[in-house]
Amino acid sequence: MSGRVLVGVKRVIDYAVKIRVKPDNTGVVTDGVKHSMNPFCEIAVEEAVKLKEKKLIKEVVAVSCGPQQAQETIRTALAMGADRGIHVEVAGKDYETLGPLQVSKILAALAKKEDAQLIILGKQAIDDDCNQTGQMTAALLDWPQGTFASEVSLEGDKVKVVREIDGGLETIKINTPAVVTADLRLNTPRYATLPNIMKAKKKKIANVKPADLGVDLTSRLEVLRVDEPPQRQAGMKGSTELSRRDS
Amino acid sequence: MAALFKARKALSLCLSGCRSLSQLAELPETHQILRQTCRDYADRELTPIAAKLDKEHAYPAKQIQELGAMGVMAMEVPEELGGAGMDYLAYTLAMEEISRGCASTGVIVTVNNSLYIGPILKYGTEEQKTQWITPFTTGEKVGCFALSEPGNGSDAGAASTIARQEGDEWVLNGTKAWITNSWDASATVVFATTDKKLKHKGISAFLIPMPHPGLSLGKKEDKLGIRASSTANIILEDCRIPLDNMLGPRGAGFKIAMQTLDSGRIGVASQALGIAQAALDCAADYAHKRTAFGAPIGKLQAIQFKLADMAMALESARLLTWKAALLKDAKKPFTKEAAMAKLAASEAATFCSHQAIQVLGGMGYVADMPAERHYRDARITEIYEGTSEIQRLVIAGQILKEYQP
Repeated sequence: MSGRVLVGVKRVIDYAVKIRVKPDNTGVVTDGVKHSMNPFCEIAVEEAVKLKEKKLIKEVVAVSCGPQQAQETIRTALAMGADRGIHVEVAGKDYETLGPLQVSKILAALAKKEDAQLIILGKQAIDDDCNQTGQMTAALLDWPQGTFASEVSLEGDKVKVVREIDGGLETIKINTPAVVTADLRLNTPRYATLPNIMKAKKKKIANVKPADLGVDLTSRLEVLRVDEPPQRQAGMKGSTELSRRDS
Repeated sequence: MAALFKARKALSLCLSGCRSLSQLAELPETHQILRQTCRDYADRELTPIAAKLDKEHAYPAKQIQELGAMGVMAMEVPEELGGAGMDYLAYTLAMEEISRGCASTGVIVTVNNSLYIGPILKYGTEEQKTQWITPFTTGEKVGCFALSEPGNGSDAGAASTIARQEGDEWVLNGTKAWITNSWDASATVVFATTDKKLKHKGISAFLIPMPHPGLSLGKKEDKLGIRASSTANIILEDCRIPLDNMLGPRGAGFKIAMQTLDSGRIGVASQALGIAQAALDCAADYAHKRTAFGAPIGKLQAIQFKLADMAMALESARLLTWKAALLKDAKKPFTKEAAMAKLAASEAATFCSHQAIQVLGGMGYVADMPAERHYRDARITEIYEGTSEIQRLVIAGQILKEYQP
């Protein structure tokens, strides 16, 4: 086994920012707005780095698809302990229509190219909430998937994943190579240490174009309109009598 | 050939100058990531507990350890000794973000970095560095800096603490006052007179572990602000230490103290910036939310002028602080700029926190909002590590030197 783990990291609008819809309702305002790594991607990076620290895997490669600024997100992953990065350049109109289908095609192509043993992704991004990329990537590669992971352990050439599902916790064992998506309780991401932030400067980030990977970025979706949720109206005061359901 | 060499040298000088100047406009990527990391840490781990720490006068031991793990407690220390190996600009950025979350935590960090580790890094022998710096990089142990005495603060040359040699030991007697971190420290840098006749050239620096026989602590001061950090007297009564515990050459104590304070000033300036920024954040947020006369108060010119003045005082002080840090990193003289930075930043902190209370009105006066804590925390920045009056003397001294006919 190559011992190589691919981790996808997405640059999204920071969770604390108040989102504003563009006046032309074509999307949300991103110019000048604070962006950071998707919180679930942070958890994915942390898990990969922990596996490396336990010496269960050999190399963590952080991947991000997007414009020039995506490199900042990769750099943060490097500061957390990833070994090298791959920046898949997608900009302009292509970036506006970039979605899980295209990204999973890119990740699948990279996984084959890099001979990855494991792909760890966040379960979903906090901007589009799609929750599709991990699943699509596994399907394209015909690999098993362990999604919504709250616990991951490598056991030989298999991965044991404890999944958070509606009914509780489900434990599965899947063969590698596999795709795992990280849920909230998988771990608590570390703060990058200052020496690691400095070392991240020296780690390599390779530039790749989607065309080099044979991926067509055409979207199958067209966004018609983006609106804010309806303003909250005042509530109604209900009866003050206690309801007696079980008398 | 010579012309080519000259041109290349001029180009590299220009580039290094350009790099420093452009850093004032936009920070290098590593520094941006570092700043963001410290800001995230402060927002998540310090801001939520700052009020409680202040109320209970509680030392943030867990947070100091976490900061130690990140490398923040020994930022300038080379990695071989356990530090983060970063430059002073990075330290300035980290200090501001941490102080923005909790000013008390900020002072604990800056005293450890600049006042305790600083002089040992510069003047210590290799053994001293290993013994007295490495254990103090992780956040498990912090150090302190004992210069001031009950009888002299600004008048540092008049140190009345005495160190006399007895065989293979130094014996110290005297009292040091206002020592930050004293109750939580595991070691201290102490300044004592070894040759009274030489006046300020007869002061030497010493390293004393804590606790230690002959060293005792006075009561914890009940301060107006930065209450989560301990401040107390250190009392030396026939305190005996090995001869090896002298730091730097005999008689160099005053010089060591002054140089240490020069760098420490940039740390305190950064702390003041953090407090000022927190005050501005509080006021600007309130200006959006609070309505009066039918609109958010941010629409009123009176409030707008205050916010503008606050932001300007803060930003000017920040640029002065960054410049001082950049000069230090470039190994250029920075005494004047450091004094200007500390003076500007501390006055910006008191100004911003004062105006923040004014913007908040009644809410600014109660503990429900952090404005009153910023006001109390800010006040000390104009006093310690060189009062505003001393800073003015330092600046004037440098200017008069520059204009020496």
